[in-house]
Order: sequence, then C-alpha cells, then structure tokens
Amino acid sequence: MSVQGPQQVLELAKVGRTFGEGATAVAALRDVDLTISAGEFVAVMGPSGSGKSSLLALAGGLDRPTSGAVYVESTPLAGLGLNELARLRRRAVGYVFQDFNLVPTLTAAENVALPLELDGTSTRKAHRQAADALRQVGIPELADRFMDQMSGGQQQRVAIARAIVGKRRLILADEPTGALDSTTGQGVMEVLRARADAGAAVMLVTHEPRHAAWADRVVFLRDGRIVDQAAAMHDPAMLLTQAGL
Amino acid sequence: MSIRHSLLALLQDQPRYGYQLRVEFENRTGATWPLNIGQVYTTLDRLERDALVAKEGDDGEGHVVYSITPAGKAQVRNWFAAPVERNNPPRNELAIKLALAVTLPGVDVQAIIQAQRVASIRALQDYTKARRDTAANQRATDTAWLLVLDSLIFQTEAEVRWLDLCEARMVQQAQAAATGGARKTSNGATEDAPLNADSRR
Repeated sequence: MSVQGPQQVLELAKVGRTFGEGATAVAALRDVDLTISAGEFVAVMGPSGSGKSSLLALAGGLDRPTSGAVYVESTPLAGLGLNELARLRRRAVGYVFQDFNLVPTLTAAENVALPLELDGTSTRKAHRQAADALRQVGIPELADRFMDQMSGGQQQRVAIARAIVGKRRLILADEPTGALDSTTGQGVMEVLRARADAGAAVMLVTHEPRHAAWADRVVFLRDGRIVDQAAAMHDPAMLLTQAGL
Repeated sequence: MSIRHSLLALLQDQPRYGYQLRVEFENRTGATWPLNIGQVYTTLDRLERDALVAKEGDDGEGHVVYSITPAGKAQVRNWFAAPVERNNPPRNELAIKLALAVTLPGVDVQAIIQAQRVASIRALQDYTKARRDTAANQRATDTAWLLVLDSLIFQTEAEVRWLDLCEARMVQQAQAAATGGARKTSNGATEDAPLNADSRR
C-alpha cells in the first residue's frame, strides 16, 4: 500500500528507530517523513548523534525501522525477506561509505563489477558496466590497479563507481569525502550531482556545509527529528542582494 | 570596497568616460557590486580635484573622457601592493545579534542559530549552483565572477561552521549548568532557559 508517485524513489513514512528497550531505550529517529524523487539530490545535516547515519541505514535496507515504513521504488522494504532485500540492495541501491569498503585483493574494475556479478550478471557484461562507471568518475585508466596502488581520492572514486554501476536509482552516501582533500571532495560532489542530474535519487549525509550546498534540498536532523529543510532559491537577483555589498 | 581605487585601476588600463567605467567595473566583478552612475561621477570629480585623473576632453559624442595622471598611477601601484585593511574587528551583525541574544533572558538562542543556519545554507546552495553553472560554460569574462563566487562560498561556509560551534558551546554550557547545579551566568536566566531545550533527560 505504497503511497508513492512514480517519480518517488525513496519514501520514509513516519519512520522511527529505537535501540534498546525499557529504561535504556534510545530513540535514534522519531516520526521521520522524507521523500526523495528521481533526479533529486538531498543532503542530511545535523550534529553527531542526531540520527543521520541511522536514517541512511534505514533508507538502504541495511537496518529495519521499529515503527513506520520505508519504500524504495514503491516497494515496501518491510515486506521483503532477507534474500529479496539483498537483491534490491544490489540492484537498485548504491552506497558510498566514509571508509571505502573495497576489497584489497581485487582490482578497481573487479571491485566495481562485484555487486553485478553477485547478482548474476555475466563477467563480461559486468566488466563493461564497471568500465563505464569508472569512466563516469574520471578514472578509466586505473581499472586494473589494486587498492594499495591508488591514492585515497582514487579509492574513493572506485567506491563511488561501485555505488553507481549498473542502473542504480538510489545512491546513498555517508560522509563520502571524510578522508579527502577539498579538491577531491569537490570531485566526489560533482559525480553525485551528475548522477542526480541523470535521474538518480541521491541522499548524502554530511556535516560539511560546502558539500551539502551541492544538494537541491538540505534536511536538518536534531534528536532524531527533521527540524528544518532548505531548498535553493536559484534566483540570480536574490543572489546579488545577498552579496549585499 | 574602494570605488576610488577601482576606477583608477580601470583608467590605468586606458582613458574612459564615466559610463564606460561603470560597465567595465561590473563586467569584471560579475556585476556583484552594482555601481550607481552618480557615484562614478562624484568619484571622478574627487579624483580630478586630487590631480589623480585629468579630463582629456570630449570623445566627439558628448562624453567627457578621463585619463590617469602619474600620481594616480602611483596610487594604483600602492593599492595593489598593500593588503586590504581590515576594519578592526569587522562589523558583523550576526555576531552582534548572537552576543546580545546569549546575554538576554528569554531569548531562544538555538532558534536564532537554526534560522540563520537555514538561511546561510540556502545562500550557499545558490552560490554553489551559480558557480557550477558559470564553470560549466565558462567564458573569459567569467573568471572574475568565479573568484567572487568562491569568496562568497568560503565566507558563507565559515559562517555556518561558526554557527555549529556556537550551538555546540551553548549545549555544553546548558549541560554543565544542568548537571553542576551552579548558575554561572549572572543574567538572571533560569535553568529552563531555551538553551537547555536540547539537553533535557
């Protein structure tokens, strides 16, 4: 009984997540309503402990809510068994983590192709798509490198290529620029922005205002609740007034 | 912003009349600081009085063309050579507002911080988008506008980071007050002041 329109890639409806029970119970998220449409880039900001990472884990089906419902492309995640959930994650959802979670004994291309191959895609087709993803993140020439032959910034690009490979419509990123210098960090934002512009729904958890500013909408979390949202005005006249000088 | 030095610098490039100076200035600064034509003429009058520019005469179409004098060139050299003076400290309405808010009873500082944060992030989104769009189809004249946008992005980012810091400090203080029991402030605010809103439990 999803209430999503066709363009809504992610919907969280009255989602709550409580850890522990009774007197020691801690509510990480309370009554969170959030929808991300195709082509939309949403950043989530908030102080540490505000529930940002919990939100991302629920959105990607890595964790289940204690109340409310999560829909990915109109599919209620609560209705899925473990295998179905794993398949949805491999096919529809891409993750970028702060620590890249890359397999050191695989090359860049093999790391990127991995989720596709796990999902039954032929090796040849998976590698063709991996090459395409590596091109999109600007490092096609590093396809055959192992992780210890790459810089942190390059590894992060591999991790992003793995998140966007195939036809993933929901990209979830948790502080993906943590270990990177600011120029490389901007490169990561450019890739996420380009994926959103190409029609993916992107959710970025960050405490960096500079990175959140790449989003169409910024959601502010506090104590597990959404307290505010900011959408860009895109009004050039306003821009000049704001400069105020 | 020094209109006086900016106009002198443009005149060092070549002799120009008032309206040309205004257009040239706005082109080179991404039209971020619109110049009033009246300001341009007033400034030219003063520069002429100070012998930094001289009237070259009419360009044939009724425009009075100005050129820079050797003394004017020296001023431009000095302007570029010297760092920009900082007003000490620069007047910052936001800092003043927060400084007053934390010392007055009954003011919800956290609400002020959050409202400002939303506004600042929104501005940052707009600058970032403008920068992206400008960089995507960059023309030679856009370089100056990109520099200005970068400056606005850095300033706004700093403001948001500072707001985060202010908020963290408020929460710490409220927690210390709640657990320590002792009132450290002398402003008469109660322990249930809005600062404490986030440190309940």
